[in-house]
Amino acid sequence: MMKNREYQQIDPQALATPTPTPPPRPLPEHKPKRARRKWEVFPGKNRFYCNGRIIVARQSGVLPLTLGLILLTSGLFFVFDCPFLVKHLTSCIPAIGGVLFVFVVISLFQTSFTDPGILPRATPEEAADIEKQIDNPTGSSSSYRPPPRTKEVIINQQVVKLKYCFTCKIFRPPRTSHCSLCDNCVERFDHHCPWVGNCVGKRNYRFFYTFVVSLSFLTAFIFGCVTTHLALSFHTYLVAANLTTNEDIKGSWSGKSGNEDVGNPYSYNSMIKNCCSVLCGPMPPSLIDRRGFVPSDDSVQTSPVEIELPAAKNDINMCTHGTKGLLETASRSPLLTSSCPQAKPQAAPAFLEPLPEVTPSPALEPAKTTAGRQSTNTPHKHHSHHRSKGKQASHHTHKTSNSSPRPHHSHSSRRKDSKNRDPKFSSLR
Amino acid sequence: MATEFHNLQELRHSASLATKVFIQRDYSDSTICKFQTKFPAELDSRIERSLFEVTMKTLNCYYAEAEKIGGQSYLEGCLACATAYIIFLCMETRYEKILKKISMYIQEQNEKVYAPRGLLLTDPIERGMRVIEISIFEDSGSTSSSSSGSSPTSSTAQ
Repeated sequence: MMKNREYQQIDPQALATPTPTPPPRPLPEHKPKRARRKWEVFPGKNRFYCNGRIIVARQSGVLPLTLGLILLTSGLFFVFDCPFLVKHLTSCIPAIGGVLFVFVVISLFQTSFTDPGILPRATPEEAADIEKQIDNPTGSSSSYRPPPRTKEVIINQQVVKLKYCFTCKIFRPPRTSHCSLCDNCVERFDHHCPWVGNCVGKRNYRFFYTFVVSLSFLTAFIFGCVTTHLALSFHTYLVAANLTTNEDIKGSWSGKSGNEDVGNPYSYNSMIKNCCSVLCGPMPPSLIDRRGFVPSDDSVQTSPVEIELPAAKNDINMCTHGTKGLLETASRSPLLTSSCPQAKPQAAPAFLEPLPEVTPSPALEPAKTTAGRQSTNTPHKHHSHHRSKGKQASHHTHKTSNSSPRPHHSHSSRRKDSKNRDPKFSSLR
Repeated sequence: MATEFHNLQELRHSASLATKVFIQRDYSDSTICKFQTKFPAELDSRIERSLFEVTMKTLNCYYAEAEKIGGQSYLEGCLACATAYIIFLCMETRYEKILKKISMYIQEQNEKVYAPRGLLLTDPIERGMRVIEISIFEDSGSTSSSSSGSSPTSSTAQ
């Protein structure tokens, strides 16, 4: 008969006061009206849910934050990254991410809601027995002296001290420690983790480890996917292909008319080179000169004259104008000063000198014939002087391209139109 | 004396608790669950030493089997890890199965060996696996109420 009945611990209180009622019937006066579960009278600082199935520490720590961060990051990943990556890569990405996410959440809940290996506190009889055993060697029955705090045991030929826990009234087994936050002795106590809001001990260490590892994998996976997303994203693609958005939209180089041979002529055919040229190329200056001053009206008339000086057809106009005035403007021309830096101190005064003492020279004759348009004497005089000075100036011209004995020829060789060449201006070049 | 209590019910009826003896854990083999097999002095006149030692050794064997790290435990652990330990909600672990066997063994021992001698073994799982509690009962109907080997403070130890 007894074999069929479930074995129950005999209550010492019931045995001390035997009742006349038969044993199979429950004793109402000894049992409370509502049988309380042990979690309701648990002495430690824990909270219980689902009628004792779930145990957490009293201080939940930052468990809501941990859970919130995981849900937020994973949610953003699934909403924003996954659709893009599924389209461009493979649909395995949300599957892998989903599996990792499930692992992380489940292992987090298991770590947080599992008993870490709490040792129940000693019953009063047990505590008394321990104290009795400790008091025995001394022989005295003084109950005011607290029991010794350590007990030595030999584990694998090594001496280990077991400490006495005054809260739980037991000698703690090896590797057991009392958590002050939870007010419990926990077997194989690792640490109290605020992120999961519970102690990590013998019974939930594997869940904690799974949580940490799967969270690392999930973080690395999300990071990798986000990086891939950025790499595959629109503007990174444009930079790598050396394209503009305009060109990409219009399909300028992608063969919009079906011609596959059309390629981007600006591409260096190397992603790295394209990236370097677009992102690290030389920075061009601004061309609009925002801080420059607007020029006034006086300087507007002189500027066209200076600008016209280098033109070939302006030589005709120069002949009709006063030579001196032209020479003066020519001296102010930037072309003259820039093209002949060494001759500058010599050339400038040479051209500005008054030239009445110039005497015609035989060299003037061929210059006349080659020029073909000189009608006044003054230009001839000037010409001879200029030619003599021109010889000197020609040596300093660094842009001379040929070695013609005639200096004016050497200057004119740079000019495209030889017919319009005026020997007066040959030294000006 | 041995035939005084035929079963646990009779024990409950007519016996009064005299004292309790606690068999402590043996940590010489690290943290595995193992109880000391030293015969307590309080049981000297109650039960034969050999019977007590057989009970202790059998219990220690059961616990060693439960905590054994071998093929089956590896398989169970790997399967559980792969399923994020969800299978623990569905199936019973090997340890729990052996604990049930231990519970049945203790019940059987109580009925056959200990109860007739006025003793009662308590399953260690009820005491956080710290001790094996052996309750010593005295027949309340007998005139000699002195318990063997018990201290005067035992009655106030409740």
